Amino acid sequence: MVPLSYYVALSAILFALGALGVLTRRNTIIIFMSIELMLNSANLLFVAFARSFGDVSGQIFVFFVMAVAAAEVAVGLALIVAVFRNKHTINIDEVSGLKG
Amino acid sequence: MVDYLAILPEIALLVLAAILLLVDIRLKEEGKDTLNWIALFGLVITFVLTILLAQPGEEEVIWGGMLRHDWMAFVFRLVFIAGAAFTVVFSRGWEAIGDRGEFYGLLVLSTLGMTLMGAAGDLVMLLLAIETASIPLYIMAGFSTKDGKSAEAGFKYLLFGAMTSAVMMYGFSLLFGFGGTTDIYALADAIAAGNVPTLPLMTSIILVLVGFGFKISMFPFHFWSPDVYEGAPTPVTGFLSTASKAAGFAVLVRVMLVAFPSVTVEWQTLLAILSAITMTVGNLVALRQTNIKRMLAYSSIGHAGYILMGVAAASSLGVISVVYYIAAYLLTNLAAFGFVAIYYKQTGSDEIEDYAGFSRRSPGLAFAMLFTFLSLGGIPPLGGFFGKLLVFSAAIQADMVWLAVVGVLNAVIALYYYLTVIKFVYLRRQEGDEVPFPVAKSQSLAIIICVLGVTFLGVIMAPMFELAQKVASSFF
Repeated sequence: MVPLSYYVALSAILFALGALGVLTRRNTIIIFMSIELMLNSANLLFVAFARSFGDVSGQIFVFFVMAVAAAEVAVGLALIVAVFRNKHTINIDEVSGLKG
Repeated sequence: MVDYLAILPEIALLVLAAILLLVDIRLKEEGKDTLNWIALFGLVITFVLTILLAQPGEEEVIWGGMLRHDWMAFVFRLVFIAGAAFTVVFSRGWEAIGDRGEFYGLLVLSTLGMTLMGAAGDLVMLLLAIETASIPLYIMAGFSTKDGKSAEAGFKYLLFGAMTSAVMMYGFSLLFGFGGTTDIYALADAIAAGNVPTLPLMTSIILVLVGFGFKISMFPFHFWSPDVYEGAPTPVTGFLSTASKAAGFAVLVRVMLVAFPSVTVEWQTLLAILSAITMTVGNLVALRQTNIKRMLAYSSIGHAGYILMGVAAASSLGVISVVYYIAAYLLTNLAAFGFVAIYYKQTGSDEIEDYAGFSRRSPGLAFAMLFTFLSLGGIPPLGGFFGKLLVFSAAIQADMVWLAVVGVLNAVIALYYYLTVIKFVYLRRQEGDEVPFPVAKSQSLAIIICVLGVTFLGVIMAPMFELAQKVASSFF
């Protein structure tokens, strides 16, 4: 069996990659994909811990996280469309009408 | 049966949201402002039902530990429902949102999420509650899709929200790994039994704090709030800055006090430092704002800093001060954004300069505004003063005198920019300032209720203080 620490390390790497993507990428769609990566790193950790504890509540958690992520993306894409109609760009550096 | 009574407010809110969406389909274009009345009366009825039937009883753990039916949940439910009701009043006639059924439906659903946030006793429930409260708020902030500013506000809010909640989720998964349970109340014992070292535990606490800090706009996760507050429709901004922030604090207090007693000193220090930075940043940047919504956004960051002081005290008095401060802050800030909404509807401007001569156009409203801003600034004998007094004394009691000193200095700075607005309202004049200023009856009534409430909290402390004591008693 693969030891638990491998899963923890893998999820930490995925989380770091996701966070890096959020911070460095300028295209909103890619930022969203990076956020999904961060969420999935949490999911991986939940499933791994649930398996090692023999406790299904961690696996149930994952279902809820996935449902929430889907809802967030649905709303997010709608808002991206609304912004695109107004500004004709989805580059977050150019969406900066509000500042001060 | 007791279980159903305990979630009566949630059931009522869900029914109300369904009614709003169904009625919206049947209504003709010209009859759409009926929706506003339905939403308002529905929320008032829910408020009354909550007080009458959903008071905490003996059974505190309900629905298999998912929810807690204690005084904390009860008081915060009232706070959220009241916040939603005032928001409905100020949304009346607002362009693009005032006559939309889905707007009121989303507002009610977001309130439902907040009531669950105040009661959540399990990480799964907490995650669902936070997202149920947040996702409708993203849509509401971006509701006027034709207005580029509103769409941008919703978009930024969502990006920050999704990112911070992903970080929080990772924190939850680590906590599950340390404790082997998702029950917040069982987590403390499990962590103590598992001998979790301080450093990894603090790391996961910080990850979780990212999510909570976003909700309460704590430094360094406050960047979204000025932009979102400015771009969102003003009634939504009022809701964001009060009910949504209060929900964040409810969660923060419960999770910190219940789940992490083993590292209290560490998170106390962390929160105290963040509190000092949050209020200083908020108040200093507020000084140079020319847009009243941005100014109030930074001022609300400042207020989050004061309330954090109460959380950082981690004592009975600390919890009392948090509850008291939030009650006073809810009424004053809702009224403050109410003025901004009313003024914008008439004049189409949010600039502080354009408030010149307001006292001549509407002496009553200007007086109420003076009152509200003095309470925000913490002048006795108004509610805001006692809120501040309590958080400062909680900090001193917890041996954090330096924090109280920072708080007092900040209060002085804050008073300066509140009085600047009042200066324009009362002392400056502009052309056409003798034209009277029409205000809808329901809106002036809402403002009168806010002003009376703030005065009541300032003059007669006992009832609210006792309620806050009951909240604290479920933790200490």
